[in-house]
Amino acid sequence: MIEQPKNFGFGEDETMLRDSAKKFFSDHCGADKIHRQVAGNPDIHRNIECIWDKGLWQQITELGWTAACVPEAAGGIGMPLVAAVALAEEAGRAAFPSPLISTFNTTFVLRECNSAAANDVLAQIAGGKPMSLAITNQQGSWEPTDTDVSIDNGQLNGTAWFVQDARKAEGLVVSARSAAGIGLYYVAADADGVAITADGIIDLTRDQAHISFTGVTAIEVAAPGAGDTALAHALPAIQAVIAADMVGAGEWLLQTTVEYANTRVQFDRPLGFFQAVKHPLVNVMLDIDRAKSLAYSAACAIDSDPERQEWANTVKLAHMAKANASDMAVFASSRAVQFHGGIGFTWECYVHLFFKRQMHNQMLFGDARYHRAILADMLIGQAA
Amino acid sequence: MPDADRKDTPEQAEFRAYCRDWLHTNKPSQPPVRIPLGALELSDPAALQWLQVWQKSAFDAGLVGCDYPVEAGGGGRNNCQTIANQEMQRAKTPFFPNIIGLGMAAPTVLLHGQEEVKNTLLPRLFSGEDIWCQGFSEPGAGSDLANQQTFAEKRGDSWVINGHKVWTSLAHFANWMILLCRTDKTDKYNGLSYFVVPIQTAIGKGVTVRPLIKLTGETGFNEVIFEDLVVEDKYRLDAVGAGWKVAMTTLSHERGAGELVTPSAGGMSQENTKSANTSSPSALVDLAKTSYRNGKTAADDPLLRDEIIKIMIRQEAFRQNQRRALVPALIDHPMRIPLQNKLIGTEFNQDLAEIAYDIQGAASSLYLNDDNALGGGEWQLAYMNSFGVTIAAGANEVQRNILGERVLGMPKSK
Repeated sequence: MIEQPKNFGFGEDETMLRDSAKKFFSDHCGADKIHRQVAGNPDIHRNIECIWDKGLWQQITELGWTAACVPEAAGGIGMPLVAAVALAEEAGRAAFPSPLISTFNTTFVLRECNSAAANDVLAQIAGGKPMSLAITNQQGSWEPTDTDVSIDNGQLNGTAWFVQDARKAEGLVVSARSAAGIGLYYVAADADGVAITADGIIDLTRDQAHISFTGVTAIEVAAPGAGDTALAHALPAIQAVIAADMVGAGEWLLQTTVEYANTRVQFDRPLGFFQAVKHPLVNVMLDIDRAKSLAYSAACAIDSDPERQEWANTVKLAHMAKANASDMAVFASSRAVQFHGGIGFTWECYVHLFFKRQMHNQMLFGDARYHRAILADMLIGQAA
Repeated sequence: MPDADRKDTPEQAEFRAYCRDWLHTNKPSQPPVRIPLGALELSDPAALQWLQVWQKSAFDAGLVGCDYPVEAGGGGRNNCQTIANQEMQRAKTPFFPNIIGLGMAAPTVLLHGQEEVKNTLLPRLFSGEDIWCQGFSEPGAGSDLANQQTFAEKRGDSWVINGHKVWTSLAHFANWMILLCRTDKTDKYNGLSYFVVPIQTAIGKGVTVRPLIKLTGETGFNEVIFEDLVVEDKYRLDAVGAGWKVAMTTLSHERGAGELVTPSAGGMSQENTKSANTSSPSALVDLAKTSYRNGKTAADDPLLRDEIIKIMIRQEAFRQNQRRALVPALIDHPMRIPLQNKLIGTEFNQDLAEIAYDIQGAASSLYLNDDNALGGGEWQLAYMNSFGVTIAAGANEVQRNILGERVLGMPKSK
């Protein structure tokens, strides 16, 4: 067994980074402020918007968040993955509207490409450029080999779907098929032939789009045949980081609902006196703790095993983290709405920001059943 | 966990090597009798006796009570019980029979008892020569533990005890009992006092032990009736009226959240039997691969596969929670994870056994007395027995109250 640090890799630097992120979000991103920012228009038929604070993005890139997990060789800080996990957790706790998670995910993919071109893009990320992945087909498949984009003579054609933070990203890493297999390609978001069509989504803290590529000239970052491998190697990190976002949002929902249950009085007692309220909230806490420990352990397993000697264990932990976090996200947000009662059902209550972010997160890169089906094949064996 | 990752102190490292060496040559070989899943299921005196011999040998070797003072029969070491426990688990030894003595009575007597009582009772407790039981629950005091009616009346220098205790595991073998009772009828919480009282030597002289039959058909717990049992005042722990505080010491240790680590051994499985290991998800997978539903193996049923994976995720998460609980920077409340353990552990075992029931289909109807029962019928027994621990030691509903109140800061539900 590979030796893993007792603290999951949360050394002094990582803990300081997390604590400074906590302070940053409490100073700049209270739920009231985010709500004013992104929830100004409740109209179901409103125009599709992309609202975020570029000034805050500037600040976090100056704090080194996007450079944190970029390797030193590519101009980054080269921190362990738990640093990104810690930042994602705090971003989730604040329901932070930003391309931070998408930029992390792109970082994880580029780190697995081992090419000079990939390192050039990583250097741009370290410098603060927001990026996203265009690697999902119209069926919403999370498999690295599935793409509706093809590459021929260095030109991309086709459409990528469910691209996260598409209108915030300045660069895209696209998976595309050719006769030689799946490769990965970098294109600037404003390049000729790139058409971004925004999706009308529920989550107010994100944007999503499908992007068509028509004869787009692209830079190869992973050669045909190596792209799906790079994606597969990055997926555990992506799953751990999304799980951490859900853990943070789950903690906000838990704490906020507990506060409400402690102050709202019915039948002459605070709601929290009643076990019908208290016990499910304890169950939410148990679920959050499970998801948190699994997300940290998955990130730590990745950091501890750069040669992928115990890869199956890493993959297992990451699937478990995402599966558990997805179920937790649904449960924590449903209980938060329910226990806030009538006010919880309204647009004015901040709970819906987190509820919607959790519902978006729970499907992102595979919902709980998807991950458990993969785990069943790994741990029980393929079904006959 | 690899040894290199343990970061033992020099004392711990030396002690670990000693334990490992001792266990290598002294771990008991297979028992001549059926050993049940745990100490609370002990009903065969021969099984008890065999386990007592094992506990005594571990005690004589210094693996039990390592961190207790030497005068009280302990090893006088620092943070070494954890080491001994890890090594005993690693060696897959039998469990210790005096589980209530080690886990609940010992820390309570040490922290609240008089010197003489500590020094006479604890060595025999650690060695397993004395078996202990716990007299907390009563017909009218279950989850509402402070509603104690058993009464201790001061007469001269002694106390005279009358009352009725129930669900008393191991009382049929016990020499001593930790007893919570009332000394003042006017104050619910401050009217309680705590004693250690003899059982075996007092049977027929103020103590009656009657077995209760569990829904599984097994014995293992009892009711204990006190009729004018006379107890010397030195056996009172802490002050008159301080019983609730002392009981909290017992309960925090019972829930794995006390300051003293409970000596605990285990991991042995009995060879040459059909018995299933009912606490292991991998045994569940084996069961699923050999059980049939609708003409296919249960391991091919997508719904059962999902349930098996869910329970495996819970097992891994429990393991990682224990790891995270040791890192102060990663927990926001020191009791948040320790206070979950009883709840999570007991519900894990219950749900695991329940899935095993589902997996077996028609064969789940068969029990220990049927040769065709899968896994010897142990899964069915484990499922039924699992309610003992989701109810005992503070029903899990009470555990959820404790977590909601102490960790989340919600108002008390009483």
